[in-house]
Amino acid sequence: MIEIRNVSKWYGQFQVLTDCSTKIEKGEVVVVCGPSGSGKSTLIKCVNGLESFQQGEVIVNGISVGDAKTNLPKLRAHVGMVFQHFELFPHLTITENLEIGQVKVLGRSRDEARERGLKLLDRVGLRSQADKYPGQLSGGQQQRVAIARALAMDPICMLFDEPTSALDPEMINEVLDVMVELATEGMTMMVVTHEMGFARKVAHRVIFMDQGRIIEDAAKEDFFGTPRSERAQLFLSKILGH
Amino acid sequence: MLNLDFGFLTAEVLSAYVLKGFLFSVQLTFVAMLGGIVLGTLLALMRLSGHAWLMMPAAAYVNTMRSIPLVMVILWFFLLIPLLTGRPLGAEMSALITFTLFEAAYYSEIMRAGIQSIPRGQIAAGYALGMTYAQTMRLVVLPQAFRNMLPVLLTQTIILFQDTSLVYAIGAYDLLKGFELVGKNFNRPVETYLVAALIYFVISFSLSTLVKRLQARISIIR
Repeated sequence: MIEIRNVSKWYGQFQVLTDCSTKIEKGEVVVVCGPSGSGKSTLIKCVNGLESFQQGEVIVNGISVGDAKTNLPKLRAHVGMVFQHFELFPHLTITENLEIGQVKVLGRSRDEARERGLKLLDRVGLRSQADKYPGQLSGGQQQRVAIARALAMDPICMLFDEPTSALDPEMINEVLDVMVELATEGMTMMVVTHEMGFARKVAHRVIFMDQGRIIEDAAKEDFFGTPRSERAQLFLSKILGH
Repeated sequence: MLNLDFGFLTAEVLSAYVLKGFLFSVQLTFVAMLGGIVLGTLLALMRLSGHAWLMMPAAAYVNTMRSIPLVMVILWFFLLIPLLTGRPLGAEMSALITFTLFEAAYYSEIMRAGIQSIPRGQIAAGYALGMTYAQTMRLVVLPQAFRNMLPVLLTQTIILFQDTSLVYAIGAYDLLKGFELVGKNFNRPVETYLVAALIYFVISFSLSTLVKRLQARISIIR
């Protein structure tokens, strides 16, 4: 489904990604973790072309993301993305947020889009908020709407870029619950997160990054059992320690 | 003392001389505002496009317009167009075009600030949904930029309304010209200019008050 081959990226002289390679199969849930500045957010943004890269290849569903001839909007329409800061459109109601991509990008009718949107809103438990504006919702609620907005496009896979990092602790679980449900339903997911509880529960694999490199790429059991690299062990002991 | 007498300013006199000018001033303000915002938004998008061949002409245009007094632009446009095209444009039409072109430079700076005030994540979210650049701008960025900047855009429009009086330079028939004619015909220039000033003040001041209220309302919604 997603294949990242030897991707390297520089900001000017500074190399942010170094020779990153991994593969995510259909239905797989892969958690990407690592200290801040390790390049994990940059890597996930390379998958749908929000970040460009200078070397290597990213193939999503058989299409090369880095190829200048690729129709990126068309590709992105079917790759859902959830952001750290939700990025709901503040000038639109929740319903309109759910409709806009379906209508303007997929060409669905407004009625069809509304129906699909409300169904998903139901699913994330926010049907009653349909006519409100994003600013009237809590962070956790906004993020659940953002997940619903991505799902409304019928994505072939979902990318999560630190979806709970900007949330108050008491709101993290409501978002993780939705993600766990998605994972158990077989959605292909790439998730940048520090939530190791989530990783333990539903991830198939865990990727550990540091200084722009993929240091570990292991099955969940192996990663939490015996991470090979010292750096990953140190990282784990720090975030699992409390 | 001054010995002022406003008795001659009857409703008939006002509607005969001033109304026509007032309507033109309002028309000029609206046309230049709408045209200026549309053109200004295009200029702002050009300047933020990241392509040198779009950025440079837009920047040159904006900086030139902002460096020349409006009254000179009005005069030069009025004098140059007949020379270039071989036929006169008429003072009113000339004023409409000049003001639109001139105000676009100021509106573009406002829209540029407005666009830059939108977090980059919003653009990323538009792209991530599969929107094109044009869709992201039209559906996500510009509506928010416009709303953020609405008070400033309207304040600029109030200044624009005051500046419409500069069309006296080419003899266009605006609000001020109407009063000027009354003053000449009744030989009462002091009174007519006083009333003209009062009218400009009342209109501009009430609009500013409205903008302040609007600002308060917008900030609550956000």
